[in-house]
Amino acid sequence: MIAPKPPLPARALDDRVFAGVAAATLLAFAAVALWPGLSGYRVNIIGQLACFALLAVALDLIWGYAGILSLGHGLFFAIGGYVAGMHLLEHSVATTGVTPDIVQFMGWTALPAWWAPLGSFPVALLAAIAVSFGAAFAFGWVSFRSRVGGVYFAIITQALVYVAMLLMFRNDTGFGGNNGMTGFQMIFGVPFQSPSVATGLALASLGVLGVTLVGCRLLMVGRFGRLLVATRDDEIRLRSLGYDTLRLKLAVWCLSAVIAAIAGLLYVPQVGIINPRVLSPELSLEIAVWCAIGGRGRLAGAVIGAVLVNAIKFSLSATLPELWPFVLSGLVILVALIFPNGLLDIGRWRPALLSRPGALRPQDAAS
Amino acid sequence: MTVAVLVEGLTVEFGRFRAIDDLSLAIDYGEVRAVIGPNGAGKTTLLDVISGVSRARAGRVLFDERLELTGRSESAIARSGVRRKFQKPSVFEALSVRDNVEIGLGGAGDPASHEKVAAILETVGLSEHADRLASELAHGQKQWLEIAMVVVSEPRVLMLDEPVAGLTDEETERTAALIRRLRTPDRAIVVVEHDMDFVEAIADRVTVLHEGRTLFEGSMARARADARVVDVYLGR
Repeated sequence: MIAPKPPLPARALDDRVFAGVAAATLLAFAAVALWPGLSGYRVNIIGQLACFALLAVALDLIWGYAGILSLGHGLFFAIGGYVAGMHLLEHSVATTGVTPDIVQFMGWTALPAWWAPLGSFPVALLAAIAVSFGAAFAFGWVSFRSRVGGVYFAIITQALVYVAMLLMFRNDTGFGGNNGMTGFQMIFGVPFQSPSVATGLALASLGVLGVTLVGCRLLMVGRFGRLLVATRDDEIRLRSLGYDTLRLKLAVWCLSAVIAAIAGLLYVPQVGIINPRVLSPELSLEIAVWCAIGGRGRLAGAVIGAVLVNAIKFSLSATLPELWPFVLSGLVILVALIFPNGLLDIGRWRPALLSRPGALRPQDAAS
Repeated sequence: MTVAVLVEGLTVEFGRFRAIDDLSLAIDYGEVRAVIGPNGAGKTTLLDVISGVSRARAGRVLFDERLELTGRSESAIARSGVRRKFQKPSVFEALSVRDNVEIGLGGAGDPASHEKVAAILETVGLSEHADRLASELAHGQKQWLEIAMVVVSEPRVLMLDEPVAGLTDEETERTAALIRRLRTPDRAIVVVEHDMDFVEAIADRVTVLHEGRTLFEGSMARARADARVVDVYLGR
């Protein structure tokens, strides 16, 4: 399916960076699996970072490649997260028999009967995929068909995630309201206190990240990826060459939503809680910031941005949490001024750029 | 002989502005038809309606005397063999020149389609730039690239909106030679252009539009002699 082609000079650097990021993912996987000196806390952080990287890759597919900015990807992340929460509660009740807190504060006598099938992990995984796909398909079909795009689409997605947050804050909605779901006891029959749980979850997250990275990369250098870039560059031109851009956009939008949901599914067991705060507009905006800082449309940039920003966030939240907003804003401004296409452009950086504020693309400046 | 494009009683309105007003015209296979006229005459709107970008208020467009184009999507019209180059060079900047043309062909990447792509790049003189990004091309080269993207699928109706806008004299001459080469007995070529010498060099017939209606139809030499055409367009 993928025609072998000589890499373009401008892309050679990106190829190397991608190989580096893939190697780093593999290295992290090996370290978590084999290095006994890594503390459980560190392993947990690595696992969470992998989930954020996965979420950023999901956004990069539609924003970086297809040029469709979503400011509501937290919605799909939350779908995966809530399904994970329901699965873990069902599984915990089934294996320990202990009634979770959610039953008391929701005023129930037991978990809702319709949650029962989610106690099986394959069913939960399928549910997360199906619900995120269904939601993305319905919303995408309506929006793309009526040719909503650009900033309007971004605003609508932001509103969508906000509405979902308000809905989930209500107890009546039936998913734990403000408190969300927590107090998970067991995962795959293993108690959460066991150190092997953190290791297993981090390995799963890194594994899924690695496979997704390579899979998406193959997809993006192939025909599908080139057509997405063409959609981004000039959608009317592509349509007038006989292509149905609605289908292209729907396909990548749904793929992106499912990847985001899987990221949420992996994330929730590692933090032990899911509540409506993952639906806050701030998280959805931050995903876009990770991609912008790392560099859009190159997958590796999304991973670098997500890991870098969240690593700084983790280290600051332990020492100086009040500094975080200033550091994040500073980083955004710095990158926007010096590397408008993200940190991946460091390799192409020419000092002359600084004296040319109008220069948007370093390769233009160099040629 | 079959008419390539038949426009009947076409009316297009944008709000209260009537861009095309009960326009009828027929374009034959084998001819190069230039559509000229002052700004706002409805030239680009005519191409927009034929290619499905804009919708008509009334009237219809018939392709090959069998296929009604009005109401079809841009992609369906393009797939039926009616293709168009836009006024502003519209290429996929982040892709290579070759990728751009391959997308225009829509092929599956088999050897036959590689050959077609190579042949059309040769025709428009971009062979040596095949692996460069489209964004790196000069303006004139982008115009030729877009023509290659549109022509590679061998359309039966080829519409070119201002193909020599912003080109140097030498580039304009090369484009005229290119269009003459693209002219075949089973293809109709429609060119919208303001450069009258260029039109004279390529067009078999010209249609002069004015305020959404046909003011004149015939050879360029007679158009230059027509008092009404001189009055509304050429004389200015």
